Amino acid sequence: MSVVLETRALVKRFGGLAATDHVSLAVERGARHALIGPNGAGKTTLINLLTGVLEPTSGSIALDGGDITTLSVHARVRRGIVRTFQINQLFAGLTPLLSLALAVSTQQGKSAGWWKPIGAAAAVAAECQRLLDRFRLADVMDQPVASLAYGKRRLLEIATALACKPRVLLLDEPVAGVPEGDRQEIFETINALPADVSILLIEHDMDLVFNFARTVTVLVNGAIFAEGDVQAIANDPRVKAVYLGEDEAVAGHG
Amino acid sequence: MSLGPEALSPAARSLRGYARWRWWELVVLAALPLSWLLLPGQSLLLNETAIVALFAVSLDLILGYAGIVSLGHAAFLGFGAYAAALFAKDVMPDPFVGLGVAIVASALLGLATSVLILRGTDLTRLMVTLGVASILYELANQLEGLTGGADGLQGVVMGPLVTPFGRFDFDLSGRVAYAYSLIVLAAAILIARRVVHSPFGISLQALRDNRLRAASIGLSVRLRLVAVYTIAAAIAGAAGGLLAQTSGFASLDVFDFHRSAEVLLVLVIGGTGYLYGGIFGAVVFQLLHDLVSAWTPQYWNFWLGLFLVVLVLVGRERFVRPWTWFRKGRR
Repeated sequence: MSVVLETRALVKRFGGLAATDHVSLAVERGARHALIGPNGAGKTTLINLLTGVLEPTSGSIALDGGDITTLSVHARVRRGIVRTFQINQLFAGLTPLLSLALAVSTQQGKSAGWWKPIGAAAAVAAECQRLLDRFRLADVMDQPVASLAYGKRRLLEIATALACKPRVLLLDEPVAGVPEGDRQEIFETINALPADVSILLIEHDMDLVFNFARTVTVLVNGAIFAEGDVQAIANDPRVKAVYLGEDEAVAGHG
Repeated sequence: MSLGPEALSPAARSLRGYARWRWWELVVLAALPLSWLLLPGQSLLLNETAIVALFAVSLDLILGYAGIVSLGHAAFLGFGAYAAALFAKDVMPDPFVGLGVAIVASALLGLATSVLILRGTDLTRLMVTLGVASILYELANQLEGLTGGADGLQGVVMGPLVTPFGRFDFDLSGRVAYAYSLIVLAAAILIARRVVHSPFGISLQALRDNRLRAASIGLSVRLRLVAVYTIAAAIAGAAGGLLAQTSGFASLDVFDFHRSAEVLLVLVIGGTGYLYGGIFGAVVFQLLHDLVSAWTPQYWNFWLGLFLVVLVLVGRERFVRPWTWFRKGRR
């Protein structure tokens, strides 16, 4: 298997705190790779570095062997690195249909069109319909995003990312706050993505992680704590200690 | 080959419907020539209103669609006005060519100053736009040899409008001027309407709502801000060009702060983000001005202020629907 996305000794400091501490991570083509770790381990910071939202203090990021460390957010998306957000980032004033139509137009290279109406491209509308159906958003497609129920907004968050046709998909707690019934649905859709799409998943629900991932990286205090296939990590006593320790601590507080 | 409407998916139908003409848009566009026919005695006033409306449409593109606040939009109005006046005075008196020069000049100024509004918060944008307009005001004041300084640029003689239907000289009653301004206003609305329904136009609303997400679906936020700022500057330049050409002079007043503030008021009155707010706002503002001035000339600012406070507190949606005033709120 070839490596698609790779970081080399990536460091991000906020003042004295190293939120990302010499992380060298390799995501392989078609990976189902989970990134886990206790709260504050730097998982979202790492996603922000990979997508260009944050600039690393040192180290480098490569996509297909080419350096992308200094590329802007939108340039990385155009090369296929797409993410979802832990906290919904949507276009409140648009409708789900227009949000998806814009993402699809961009993906199809039509976003700079300034004369023809957005509905003129049949390929855009067809792709929107597919996404709306798959994410059960068809019945609310013309309502303002701001008026949607949380569950629907969460589905739109994922659908918007998939509209960008990712080659590398970074999922930041995709089912956070989603009701049990819809979680399975979201994961089925994610699992149905083409096999050569590489997926990096941040998730707290260990059942989901162990069902979905083949490879797991454990991040603690910004550094890679353990890495391996899912069986090895599930049985690693050190990982258990980090996780169970945290769970017990949380339970103790609660 | 085209498919019949029955073959379209719901998404395709809705997307196509997005850009369709609404009945009230046609009413507004029909009202423009009707006002010219039915109110021949009011042409001077209506011409002024049409120019303010055009200026407000320009501000709506950046404020209502792209979410860029500005307290110095008069920079582009004034630049267009002086460009048109100077061109008529020193180069040639043809109004159409002069209008083109005003549009291009303001567009270039918009392109050059757009870098200033890319970064920072709304507050920085308010200050930067205010600053640019102040700088231009002072330049126009000091460059007396070119602009006439505080006296303004006098003695601008415009040539006739040469059209396929004949030659029309600007007359004292303002009939020709008003027709000219209306045609430019309608053209600007038609062009802006195409733009805001295009993928580019939708992307402006997307980056207004959430810049991080706009970038995260692959949109270059900065390029789009530069583009829309330049387009808006071009339209404001057209408004300034019309102002100078139809009034026959350009003075420092076109760069003045009250111009930038007034156009913001007009847009607040008319509503942002649906393209026609500038027209409605300009008409209401002008009517209000006339009614109040006729009734109690010295207290215009008092009544305007009161109107604005009530409008903003009640909310425009509710204000224009009086039957909802005494209904209980739903929440």
